[in-house]
Amino acid sequence: MSRAKIISAPFTHATTSVPRTMLLVMLALAPATLFSLYQYGWPAIILFFIILASSLLFEALSLLIAKKPVTPFLLDGSAVLTGWLVAMALPPWAPWWIGVLGGFIAIVLGKHIYGGLGQNIFNPAMVARIALLISFPLEMTFFMQPQPLFAEHSPSFMQAMNLIFGGGINIDALTSASTLTQIKVLQFDGQSIEGATGLVGDLQTAMLGALPGSMGEMSALLLIVGGVFLLLMRIISWHTPVAMFASMALIASVAHFFNPAYHPGVLTHLCPGGFVLGAFFIATDYVTQPVSNTGRLIFGAGVGLLTFLIRAYSIFPEGVGFAILLMNAMTPLIDHYIKPRIFGRSKSGEPLASKQPGGGVQ
Amino acid sequence: MALFEVAGGVHPKDHKELSAYRAILGVPLPAELCLPMHQHIGMAAKPLVQVGDLVSKGQLIGLCAKGCLEGGGSNTAITAPVHASTSGRITGIEMQRAPHPSGLSEIMVMLEPDGADVWGELPAPLDPKTSSFAELVARIQQSGIVGLGGAMFPTAAKLETRTRYDLHSLIINGAECEPYLTNDDRLMREQAPKIVDGISILQHILNVPEVIIAIEDRREQAAEAMRAAIGLREGMKVVLVPTRYPMGSEKHLIKALTGQEVPAGSLPSALGMIVNNVGTAHAIHKAVRYGQPLVSRIVTVSGGAINNPGNFEVLLGTKIGHLVELCGGFSQTPEQMLIGGPMMGVPFSDLEVPVTKGTTGILALTKTEVKPGIHRPCIRCGACIPACPCGLQPQDLFVLVSNEKIEPALEAGLADCILCGACAYVCPSHIPLVQFYHYGKGQALLMRQEVARAKRLKRLADERLLRAEEKARQKKAKQEARKQAIAARKKAQEAQEAQEGEGKA
Repeated sequence: MSRAKIISAPFTHATTSVPRTMLLVMLALAPATLFSLYQYGWPAIILFFIILASSLLFEALSLLIAKKPVTPFLLDGSAVLTGWLVAMALPPWAPWWIGVLGGFIAIVLGKHIYGGLGQNIFNPAMVARIALLISFPLEMTFFMQPQPLFAEHSPSFMQAMNLIFGGGINIDALTSASTLTQIKVLQFDGQSIEGATGLVGDLQTAMLGALPGSMGEMSALLLIVGGVFLLLMRIISWHTPVAMFASMALIASVAHFFNPAYHPGVLTHLCPGGFVLGAFFIATDYVTQPVSNTGRLIFGAGVGLLTFLIRAYSIFPEGVGFAILLMNAMTPLIDHYIKPRIFGRSKSGEPLASKQPGGGVQ
Repeated sequence: MALFEVAGGVHPKDHKELSAYRAILGVPLPAELCLPMHQHIGMAAKPLVQVGDLVSKGQLIGLCAKGCLEGGGSNTAITAPVHASTSGRITGIEMQRAPHPSGLSEIMVMLEPDGADVWGELPAPLDPKTSSFAELVARIQQSGIVGLGGAMFPTAAKLETRTRYDLHSLIINGAECEPYLTNDDRLMREQAPKIVDGISILQHILNVPEVIIAIEDRREQAAEAMRAAIGLREGMKVVLVPTRYPMGSEKHLIKALTGQEVPAGSLPSALGMIVNNVGTAHAIHKAVRYGQPLVSRIVTVSGGAINNPGNFEVLLGTKIGHLVELCGGFSQTPEQMLIGGPMMGVPFSDLEVPVTKGTTGILALTKTEVKPGIHRPCIRCGACIPACPCGLQPQDLFVLVSNEKIEPALEAGLADCILCGACAYVCPSHIPLVQFYHYGKGQALLMRQEVARAKRLKRLADERLLRAEEKARQKKAKQEARKQAIAARKKAQEAQEAQEGEGKA
């Protein structure tokens, strides 16, 4: 970051900037987030702001330690967005220390250890989610039936404070397993999942959002609305999400066709918001996905495939986070091999053949 | 005519409406003209006049000693002469700041106009139909004509390629893709018949069957005027190309028109084509038909900070400040002043620098037009990749150059970068990418020079060694010869003595 006088053209600029990009992504996340906050009530709202605040705090501390200018970097919006995505990837009623730890892992271990904005290999929010999931499996899979604000069972502000900071959660009656967890349980028991569709909820609830899960899994529909907004604003390219959806749809439908007792249908894979959130907001993270459009197609397809494999054959019910991190690790390799052809050169980099005997060399 | 897809490019707001409706105006004679001796690519000219000399308009005042006045030969040196832009007295020959970002000084001839502005004795008009190739190229060379699109490459040297390559197409570049600039647009609208005549002369010189005049599709009036001027001429046509930056880059223009790509490191002549600017064609018309050397050019003065933008026919050497005054001065303090367009133009701050053969425009931009931003880290968004018209990975080149990895950057295509600035234009982190590429190219040049120097030194050392060995060998041979000679003489003497002894006996 410097304000040194530029002596080289161009002396005009498109209306793009890093803060604008971050702001538009937050705008796209807003509908799904507001709906989730409403559905999960005060505990979710309190946790959300704990995560944002801790992310900003850790960002400021990291910048101070790295001796980088604090204000311009804090105001670029990247730390707020990372914190926001961490919040979307956590259970909405998680205790406060999960939130603070999430902010720490994402900002410090996920981003600044590598050198700060633009330098990290893995998506910080996913690093936080997966590190927490492995370290604290109980807290991280403690999902609730949605309890909308002001509804009968919705906790009041004080109750919510108690819940988040008190630690003791004794509201077992309201807890529930997410759809994918229920399927995983059946798969482990060797039972057919075919008869269990009533149990896992129907497509409509999944789309609109009344199923238990992480905060960002709430409403696939509102996440799609946000994703389409980002596509229209040209903040993200279609390649990663489309490749992700297409590869997952293809593999899941083939698997379901051959073994419907073990593999759920395509929509069960696509509709809980986790996959949609991952496709539009996590996998499309500029820093950690390939830079070329062809590379992004490969990347997205890889995420879809790995998500399916993890969901179907590992002990984890949900695999989007793992899949994205694994493909993040592949990004440098993809970028190394997928390069555009240079003007006037062949694919291998040799100058094109001249039509003149002399070659017309400059 | 079907066009071909050119990858990359951007659509900056063109702001041409500021000056597109202003007809080309003459400029009142300034109090002083300041003529740089180096207004072209190649070797600088040397002043032929002395302080106090009276010169007429069009008189030759600067020439490179190695310059080829005869022309027509294949060894034409790359240089261009300089002529007096008006009649008057030479008041100084001094080092003055040149219109260049370095702010370095170069030799300039100061000319005080006498107000008469009359042409001196000019060479006789030539009839292109009856003149030889050599005569016409020599006329263009002697008239100091260079590429007026801003590249300033001596036109005669370019036309010489006819002797080396099999050419079939002449492409006339009227695709003025830089925002703000309207000088070519206005020239085509107002002087189409003269331009077309210049183009015919070029066609005759190059002996090519096909001429394509490429104009941006938004410049309809210019295209209409050119079509009308072409009339029924054979093999000449106007083709509209998409309004996109950098369509005016000759290699990309060729791709759009023919679908062919100029091989990396080659000139368009590798494909049998040659590209010239409309302004250059106009200058050729004047040089051939009237014997007038290049003493003026069309300049657009524009930008949000200029009170009355416009297009002017400006005598070379006119100070920029004189033009700004003519346009009513500044409406506000400009954030950035530029020679050329905003995408590739050269910044300047001294209003005393003169208009030269390469000055397409003078811009005074406001802060809202420049949109300066804070330079932030690269977030790998990849926006620069689809913007790059050369198929490069600008973000990679940036990382390599900023880590001083010049060799890997060259392998990644740094030499293929045309410095168009499309990448920097779209970069959300406002990274001054082009500045890094300039630096990288500069370092690469230094490396090449260093390698060449080392090679030369090695060659010289080797030669010296060889010479020393040769000398030693010669010396030895001489010694040997002498020894033999002495031995032979001795032998002969002995033999003689023996003979004499025998005789006595």
